Amino acid sequence: MAVHEPTPLERFLNGILPENPVYRQLLGLCPTLAVTAAMKPAMTMVGATAFVLICANLITSLIRHLLKPHLRILVFTLTIATFVTIADRTLAAFAYPMSKLLGPYVPLIIVNCMIISRCEVCSSKQGPKAALADAIGVSLGFLLALASVATVREILGNGSWFGIQLVPESFPTLILMILPPGAFLALGSLLGLATWLGQRRKARVSESEAGSA
Amino acid sequence: MELFADLLLIAIGAALVNNFVLTYFVGLCPFLGVSRRLDTAFGMGCAVTFVISVAALLSWTMTEFVLRPGAPLPNWVWSSLNPAAEAGQVDLSVLSYIVYIFVIASSVQLVEMYVRKFFPPLYKSFGVFLPLITTNCAILFACLEIMKHVVARDWGLAESLTLAIFGGVGFTIAIVLMAGIREELELCEVPESLRGAAITMIVAGILALAFMGFSGIGANVEKLLNP
Repeated sequence: MAVHEPTPLERFLNGILPENPVYRQLLGLCPTLAVTAAMKPAMTMVGATAFVLICANLITSLIRHLLKPHLRILVFTLTIATFVTIADRTLAAFAYPMSKLLGPYVPLIIVNCMIISRCEVCSSKQGPKAALADAIGVSLGFLLALASVATVREILGNGSWFGIQLVPESFPTLILMILPPGAFLALGSLLGLATWLGQRRKARVSESEAGSA
Repeated sequence: MELFADLLLIAIGAALVNNFVLTYFVGLCPFLGVSRRLDTAFGMGCAVTFVISVAALLSWTMTEFVLRPGAPLPNWVWSSLNPAAEAGQVDLSVLSYIVYIFVIASSVQLVEMYVRKFFPPLYKSFGVFLPLITTNCAILFACLEIMKHVVARDWGLAESLTLAIFGGVGFTIAIVLMAGIREELELCEVPESLRGAAITMIVAGILALAFMGFSGIGANVEKLLNP
């Protein structure tokens, strides 16, 4: 094969930080902003998305030889929609309050560009092993992203983390952070922080290379 | 008159108070991706408004007659196949997400074909944005909201279309405002690590903060209409 295909391990590691879906590729922003007012709904969302991503990636990688180029996006969306229906019904059956709280954002996983992009980039080209590793890696990256945003928002906005009170209740809280504008502000600052860290590391690497040369 | 009052409330709610982008965070991809210039942003807003209305019309029809619990069509088929069955037993709502995504994809395709045939200059100016609308979550979100109200039996076609059209208008307002701000932002000295997506997010946060001021309007109009 002329083109180098990433191995399953590379796919797995790439998904977590180097190609983090939220911080690096700016995909899947809708749930990142909408359900991160607290840790619990954010983690439920990550679970549902990971389930859909893993199943959809496996299925598309198994049927990748049957896909016709002009119909592939439709096939991806229909596969994803099927698994989202399963996830939505399961949530409604076993965790009804959480399903009520997440509301339309569970069905909106269907149009989460992160999943479609993984189907397109990885699983429609590589075998099930690489697709599975990729899905798990990207899900972990998504977990990291949602956890970071939700941590900032819940601690600042509510003084708690996972529902456990961290800041004494008499302390004033920044209500703004659990309202919609807080989501934009938190994600914007975290994106800036991530870029700053990346730039600093890059500068350090080039400095040490210059030093050794 | 009562219907008019309801429609006005839904319109204000969808366009300003609960703006799709700034309160529900749907349609963020084009909001960040296509908001660099004012004219393309406005074109994108119009395209989304158009597709959202077509998709809402189709999905309302599907929900009302096929998908909701107790919908007429599948029940008629079932009872003519099986005369012993009780009336109103068939519930196809499990299929709704798959049907909606199909409806959205095909209406985007239809709009694309129609525009290409009859308005070639407009088609050229939309370019690649038209097919991308399929994965715009604002449209699926509107379909889901309509489904919620149709299943609860409190919305007809007029309410559903109002929500869709004014949701689209709200999206257009948000993306045009954003594009105007970003055009000015080009001339500003932004810290290096905040450049690009990060500063756009922060600006969107301030815009969302400004839009929170509209929540008073919704409450006041409601008081005015139902004294």
